[in-house]
Amino acid sequence: MTAVREEAGAVDTTTYRDAMRDALRDALRDDERVFLMGEDVGRYGGCFAVSMGLLEEFGPERVRDTPLSESAFVGAGIGAALGGLRPIVEIMTVNFSLLALDQIMNNAATLLHMSGGQFNVPLVIRMTTGAGRQLAAQHSHSLEGWYTHIPGIKVLAPATIDDARGMLRPALDDPDPVLIFEHGSLYNASGPLTGEWRTCDIAHAAVRRPGDDVTLLTYGGTLGVTLDAAEALAQHGIDAEVVDLRVLRPLDDATIIDSVARTHRAVVVDEGWRTLSLAAEVSARIMEQAFWELDAPVERVCSAEVPMPYARHLEQAALPQPAAIVAAARRTVGRDG
Amino acid sequence: MSTVTDAPVTRDHALALLRDMVRVRRFEERCVELYSEARIRGFMHLYIGEEAIATGVMRALTPDDAVVATYREHGHALLRGVAARAVMAEMFGVVEGCSRGRGGSMHLFDAATRFYGGNAIVGGGLPIAIGLALADRLAGRARVTACFFGEGAVAEGEFHECMNLAALWQLPVLFCCENNLYAMGTALSRSESETDVALKATSYEVPAWPVDGMDVLAVESAAARAADAVRNGGGPHFLELRTYRFRAHSMYDPERYRSKDEVEEWKRRDPIALFLARCDGVVDETDMTTIEEDVAAEIDDAIAFADAGSPEPIEDLTRFVYSEGAA
Repeated sequence: MTAVREEAGAVDTTTYRDAMRDALRDALRDDERVFLMGEDVGRYGGCFAVSMGLLEEFGPERVRDTPLSESAFVGAGIGAALGGLRPIVEIMTVNFSLLALDQIMNNAATLLHMSGGQFNVPLVIRMTTGAGRQLAAQHSHSLEGWYTHIPGIKVLAPATIDDARGMLRPALDDPDPVLIFEHGSLYNASGPLTGEWRTCDIAHAAVRRPGDDVTLLTYGGTLGVTLDAAEALAQHGIDAEVVDLRVLRPLDDATIIDSVARTHRAVVVDEGWRTLSLAAEVSARIMEQAFWELDAPVERVCSAEVPMPYARHLEQAALPQPAAIVAAARRTVGRDG
Repeated sequence: MSTVTDAPVTRDHALALLRDMVRVRRFEERCVELYSEARIRGFMHLYIGEEAIATGVMRALTPDDAVVATYREHGHALLRGVAARAVMAEMFGVVEGCSRGRGGSMHLFDAATRFYGGNAIVGGGLPIAIGLALADRLAGRARVTACFFGEGAVAEGEFHECMNLAALWQLPVLFCCENNLYAMGTALSRSESETDVALKATSYEVPAWPVDGMDVLAVESAAARAADAVRNGGGPHFLELRTYRFRAHSMYDPERYRSKDEVEEWKRRDPIALFLARCDGVVDETDMTTIEEDVAAEIDDAIAFADAGSPEPIEDLTRFVYSEGAA
């Protein structure tokens, strides 16, 4: 991954958090229809400090603190989008998004269709997702897969600093609702910002590490462990390709199938629970579209099916780890363990 | 409670109000027939008995204003200006319908009249109304968003979230709570510890008052007053419009939860009959005959239009899930 970035020409070092903030600042500067609203986005500076300083720069009308009323302010984002604005609604965490699920599913995702094409909803909803910070069962969900079930919305998972910087613009340009999942463990990640973000799309998956022997497919918070696993596999002489799905709905089947058709083996790494996971969907698509290319059953490495425990050793045991990914990849190439 | 039973009413005014109420009443009655003939399917909720509310409120709105309604919204759509043809065609499930046959009775939409549905989740339209009003406020437009919902919605969390948000941000929303006393089959008194609906809004600092929803003049004057206040920067206002539905909740409702005597009692306050009595000497039988004939012709025409409509090709099934031409 580092090699890929250097090739693209590193120009700046930043963090995922700062990259996201810069994207928000650009959006607020460039389009007066854009405003940010959510819990503690203003005076507090954002629960994860993403919007720090934006209130001072853009004022309380455009960086709008809300009460703890997820359904009302997400729905208000839908209404404001219908009214001609380009709202960015921040839901503090994916766990709280369940309180707004009615608005997301019954209104944002359906209005265009129910109205026979009359009312599109150009709304961006950002939320933090994922585990790994000992926040226990109610603050550690990975529900991206749930949201990808819903026709009418798009679902993004920026896993890199370039995507954190670049995905917001095309999301705002999109005429339909777009959900952006920011993994909480990524905010402090730092690294070079390449020029790639300027041409960022929200249509394609990305090959983060080219390889020939097995395709490791993942997204969001597990890109890091998957790349680590790929390096470990290289020590075993297995050349793994890592595909970052990036856009979870609609999935970029072409990139997925192209990779699997070359490597003939696939491991899907997903922080969501295994049952009915996004990994299940990716696996099914590979089976449907590349069955005859496969030299081994598709493997899945997902989170253990437990509410996330607090204790660090238990939490880490529940999450996809490089060792499990390595083991799965080795099974696909016929080398157990 | 807001009533204006002794206010003077001119002939033109009376005819306009009567025409609106009769249009909705007859349209709904024909819908029942069409439903029994299986021409209309799905869930269908009738506005019979409640016509005075949409009649009175819509007259307080301008074309720039927005309307968010519920699944019992045929009357709101018609009186907002959505063509009877387009509404009927929608219920026939044809492409000429106001939602191209993708919404049905509960999801009438019309961009031209800023009619934002047609929402079948109780309370689900309130946040949308808040957002439409927020957009107007941020854009500096002196518009009103009228948001209709039933008293059943006050039990939803969204109601309370939206009352608070509307008042906190002083948003230009006219909340119109159509209190017909039953959330499907559950009486208000069986579901709320505090049954004074207007008081609930007042507790959020939203000016609110009850209105006799069977008295079209009372509704009209209350709506005009409230809409003016909203339009002139007075923040959200709330009308609790006390009414009653004369028909079942939907076409599937056996009405085991209320007595026939109660229904008959309320029918004595039929908004059309009540207003006709009030118009004695202003409007005569010939006027009513003309209105009835015009309305019947309009509905006949709407049915013929819907009947001649074209079903959307199956190939177009997945259109409008995402905007066309988008990446």
